[in-house]
Amino acid sequence: MLAYTIRRLILTVPVMLVVSTAVFLLLYLTPGDPVGVILGPEATEQQKAELRARLGLDQPAHVQLVNWYLRLLRGDLGTSIFLNKPVTQAFIERIEPTVMLTLLAMAFAVGIGLPAGIVAAKLRGSWFDLAAMLIAIAGVSMPTFWVGLNLIFIFGVTLNWLPVAGYQPLSAGIWENIRYLLMPAFTLGFAQSALLARITRSMMLEVLSQDYIRTARAKGLAELAVVLRHALRNAMIPVITVIGLSFAILLGGAVITEQVFNIPGVGRLLVQAVTRRDYPLVQGIVLIIAAVYVIINLVVDLIYAYLDPRIRHRD
Amino acid sequence: MTSPSPVVVSAEVVRPRPTLAQRLRRIASRYKGVPIGGSLLLILVIIAIAAPIIAPHDPQALNPSGRLQPPSGPYPFGTDNFGRDVFSRAVWGARLSLEVGFLVALCTVIAGTVIGLTAGYFRRLDTAIMRIMDSMMAFPGIVLAIGLMAALGPSKYNVVLALTVVDTPRLARLVRSVVLTLREMQFVEAAVALGVSNLRIVAAHILPNCLSPIIVQGTFIFASAVLGEASLSFLGAGTPPYIPSWGNMLAEARGYLRDAPWMMLFPGLALTLAVLALNLLGDGIRDLLDPRLRNL
Repeated sequence: MLAYTIRRLILTVPVMLVVSTAVFLLLYLTPGDPVGVILGPEATEQQKAELRARLGLDQPAHVQLVNWYLRLLRGDLGTSIFLNKPVTQAFIERIEPTVMLTLLAMAFAVGIGLPAGIVAAKLRGSWFDLAAMLIAIAGVSMPTFWVGLNLIFIFGVTLNWLPVAGYQPLSAGIWENIRYLLMPAFTLGFAQSALLARITRSMMLEVLSQDYIRTARAKGLAELAVVLRHALRNAMIPVITVIGLSFAILLGGAVITEQVFNIPGVGRLLVQAVTRRDYPLVQGIVLIIAAVYVIINLVVDLIYAYLDPRIRHRD
Repeated sequence: MTSPSPVVVSAEVVRPRPTLAQRLRRIASRYKGVPIGGSLLLILVIIAIAAPIIAPHDPQALNPSGRLQPPSGPYPFGTDNFGRDVFSRAVWGARLSLEVGFLVALCTVIAGTVIGLTAGYFRRLDTAIMRIMDSMMAFPGIVLAIGLMAALGPSKYNVVLALTVVDTPRLARLVRSVVLTLREMQFVEAAVALGVSNLRIVAAHILPNCLSPIIVQGTFIFASAVLGEASLSFLGAGTPPYIPSWGNMLAEARGYLRDAPWMMLFPGLALTLAVLALNLLGDGIRDLLDPRLRNL
């Protein structure tokens, strides 16, 4: 297991190298002069020269790239043009809503998806199975932001049960925090719960047809014990991978959900940075999210290898 | 009604070859996703092509005196905050969504197939190519797309470019894995022994055998690109706001949920239907081409 862990850790180095280079190159994709785009048409030559020097754009490209790597190694992601503070600081200030939203969404996804998938597999062909799978395919097809708008309309505007938008920090109390996050988290988690239900169902169906399940039943075990103890455990291995990947997907999806519900998280910061053409901030956020994504995927792989020894001995 | 013949003949001999119509009907009843998703998609394509004829109003025409009107005769889906006809904009939105989605699917299939074939067959390039593809998959799709759009600037073709960049690694990976299995097969070995050139082996022997997973994945990429365009436009990082796109319409509707819920209802329904149609079609084609995956 240790050898496998080390091998997987080493493999992330080239990935992060390419990722950080790609993020660096983003600025170069801008057609024309990025400084002109940032400052707008009214900027004077002197303002442009100042910003160019501040962003390091007056140096040759290879020097800029080397400086970029050196800065990253020091944990310095540059300074936001509009917020006038370090990108890492701006990121940390906005991280709480995003983490809370993602965690709560995860709870919804697992809390709905797993039981729905298990019951659908157990009652294969019944009306429940059909309904669950229809909802699942609808859930995969419905855009999250549209689900969100509908929920706001129903529960916020019409019924007035939940706040329409916004966020209350944890310091305002956990219940106040959750009250504001209930709709956004459900919106974000719903599509993932659909995916989880589909995969849980198909894995359970596969496991339930195995010989050892027949043996378990033959020796007179209660059906509930057969399903929960024998079938679910074996079906869980691929499901756990999907849960891990869901977490990564939810993190990306949070960008859109935060926009729908006006939640001042990292995703909204990214969207604001894009509309203001705050390139250092865009690059910094994209890079941090990618790094988190890589780490989550690494952890998922390690858990998977831990649960299923065949994986770590394959190559 | 005639009584059944007492003579038992082998069924094989008596049963005529099924006609094309019969075969199609059998496929349709077995793989429901294909006819349901296919006909939904066909309707949307017709609406998209005939948008100039179907749309009763100019989708861009402003009408300050008729703002936020509920659905009625001349405006079946109501009007928006600028007095524009929601129905006409939704119809033109179909055109934009399907165009972007189709272009992304096409470009991704071409780029992903070329990259996947190269990596899978010419093993010397494999490690380098796949490391780059893996790194691109290290970004959450929407975040990479937003980053690209921030650099490229909002426009329809930049959306196509950004979404193609996001989706290509996934397809390349799939094609590569199929090629890796195929290249060990005997018919490839035979072709090599006969002295067939590498290019010809890839084009004539390997590529045709990769087509079914490519078609299935291409359909799903079409679906995710339609969703991707809408998401980017919703975030204000897609097509410019004045262009009638479902994502743009939903972004504007967000501010008028209380006064004009129809602004969000119809573009959202259209978007859901389009994605649903493509997902059903993709599921159906997959079951049709590869029955082993039916439970997934």
